Amino acid sequence: MSPATPRPTDVYFFATCVVDQFFPGAGMDAITLLERLGVRVHFPEDQTCCGQPAYTSGFPDEARKVAAHQLTLFPNDWPVVVPSGSCAGMMKHHYPTLFAADPVRKAQAEKLSPRIYEFTRFLVDVLDYRPEDRGSACTVVLHTSCSARREMGVHLSGKKLLGELSQVTLAQQDHESECCGFGGTFSIKQPEISGAMVEDKVQALKASGAERVVSADCGCLMNILGHAAWKDRQEGRTSASLPGEHIASFLLRRTAP
Amino acid sequence: MSDQITEHRLHFKPAEGFRSRAKAVVDTPFLRQSFRGAMDFLMSKRAAQFPDPEELESLRTLGEQIRQYNLARLPDLLEQLEANLTRNGVRVHWAETPDEANAIILGICQQWNAKLMVKGKSMVSEEIELNHAAEAAGISALESDMGEYIVQLAGEKPSHIIMPAIHKTKEEIARLFAEKVPGVDYTDNVDALIQIGRTVLRQKFMEAEVGLSGVNFAVAETGTLCLVENEGNGRMCTTVPPVHIAITGIEKIVEKLDHVPPLYSLLTRSATGQNISTYFNMISGPRKPGEKDGPEEVHLVLLDNGRSQAYADEQLRKTLQCIRCGACMNHCPVYTRIGGHAYGTTYPGPIGKIVSPHMLGLDATAGLTTASSLCGACGEVCPVKIPIPELLMRLREEAFSAPHPNPAMRGQGAGYSPLVSAIWRGWAFVYRSPAMYRAVSWLTSRFNWLTPSRQGAWTSVREPLKPAAKRLRDRVRERG
Repeated sequence: MSPATPRPTDVYFFATCVVDQFFPGAGMDAITLLERLGVRVHFPEDQTCCGQPAYTSGFPDEARKVAAHQLTLFPNDWPVVVPSGSCAGMMKHHYPTLFAADPVRKAQAEKLSPRIYEFTRFLVDVLDYRPEDRGSACTVVLHTSCSARREMGVHLSGKKLLGELSQVTLAQQDHESECCGFGGTFSIKQPEISGAMVEDKVQALKASGAERVVSADCGCLMNILGHAAWKDRQEGRTSASLPGEHIASFLLRRTAP
Repeated sequence: MSDQITEHRLHFKPAEGFRSRAKAVVDTPFLRQSFRGAMDFLMSKRAAQFPDPEELESLRTLGEQIRQYNLARLPDLLEQLEANLTRNGVRVHWAETPDEANAIILGICQQWNAKLMVKGKSMVSEEIELNHAAEAAGISALESDMGEYIVQLAGEKPSHIIMPAIHKTKEEIARLFAEKVPGVDYTDNVDALIQIGRTVLRQKFMEAEVGLSGVNFAVAETGTLCLVENEGNGRMCTTVPPVHIAITGIEKIVEKLDHVPPLYSLLTRSATGQNISTYFNMISGPRKPGEKDGPEEVHLVLLDNGRSQAYADEQLRKTLQCIRCGACMNHCPVYTRIGGHAYGTTYPGPIGKIVSPHMLGLDATAGLTTASSLCGACGEVCPVKIPIPELLMRLREEAFSAPHPNPAMRGQGAGYSPLVSAIWRGWAFVYRSPAMYRAVSWLTSRFNWLTPSRQGAWTSVREPLKPAAKRLRDRVRERG
């Protein structure tokens, strides 16, 4: 909530590679919601990936090559909205470090950094969005990614948005701030530990009594929903015991005229 | 005798085998619950000590600044410490390796014809595996901290740097005492168990020729060794036997006495959620003429064991800010799932993952660097703001890059795999070029029905990932 910031007329949308290929619906819904709030959304056709997978795996040279390309995508001085706390964190906080030895790109990264917004933060702090609930009563549980919470400090934005919805009850979960166990390549390099973490997370989300889980990070959703569905299949359930979606999709549906 | 020693020798296990040790814990529901309960308890104790986030943040900043100030002057401070300790009558020894440290300590024991060494809690003595070296030299080393005593009775290593026996239940300890302590019947009454330990140990303090302790803060300007403890065993070890040997890593130094209170407060509040510990010992030298108690000789062994390697690199130096509170492990979702022993290193958990590579080399620890989701919980609670996730990423880079001359770390490139590196180069080749990415993502989406249903480790507990038939970019374009 910074009314002093002028309301932008245009934004760039950096979808992330996960949303582009695995959660295109979430990306569409985020774009639609932004447009409904009166913002023109520009989707740079040449966007690929923020470079985080290589960066966190210990391959900064490869991350740099990919990140360098993204630096060229946003020529106008518009905000860049990212529907993921972890990809936004990579671009906002790690690009300047990644290009520490490259003065030209470092300067570009530093100029870009303050323009990077995680989606829910942009809705709350820049657009001062107060969604009007048009849906029927339901209970949801919110999973906030570790990057959104600890790197971007935006864990309250999602809560605030859901709190505005009059018919939606936000369920409490055990160990709310604990990681779901995704961690990019961690999930395949240490599958036993990652598996135990996601098992506990899914149990806690289900035990909250919520009908569904919403999150602003598709990486976590891929992990959480992937495990919940696997468990359903293991235990012979035909309908999803823990459905879930990106918070953009949930907000769009709740506020549909 | 020597066969027995070899058989019971508990050497550092290299980090190989980490995954199977981790799996063994993860697959044991009782252990999972037990670690979870213990860590929840410790987290809530710490949280109760820091109700005001702003105060916590300013304390952490102060802690970080004090540690960085002192590390920046480390070589000078070590000289100052040695001069002032020597002036106070403390003999200072320098050890580059664990073997050197053991030789120094056992040499002093032999000068005194020592048969028994009582030990206060010291992770550095675990790091050098002093108990085994002592045993091999015919000296018994007896742990006097209750947790360490339990772990020693069981023939194990500590599973946590603050709570060494946190992996044991009351009932396990009761069985252990009944089996190992002569004349003790089974009881799982905690007070009774503690009393049994105290009774055994009380006599040993009187018999021991040498008392060994760690050091929490070594103050350079005064030549003072500060020791934080809760059981009074530290005070017994450092005052009752005729010889006191303290051992510490070279990084535990502060210039001024004024630096101690903020760090001490951060330490006890972060570690056990205590306002202050029950005992705080300030040791400034041996018994002086006319004094009625205190040791006749005091020694300090300053151990390097890879610390100067971390020191030499500006980023890795932050590893040495650590004050060994253990909050990072208490808050770590990985440590909570697998406990301390799975790591196979003296220091487990997040701090263990960033400090052990300097002690053991990356060849033994490369795999450990991957055992983190980089969730950041460790960095968030660290009382001296060590950026643990950032250091883990650096260690991954050191471990998995191709071996090169003049590496910053021993074992650099130990995890290098030409195939994995080629995969990342291929990944970068696709994602750095919009045309390549468009082509590859178009193919994987268009032919998404070809997506394999088994996707390695991912599908061990998850449904397979399948690209959507239409990418977001296709839907955006179609919409116009």
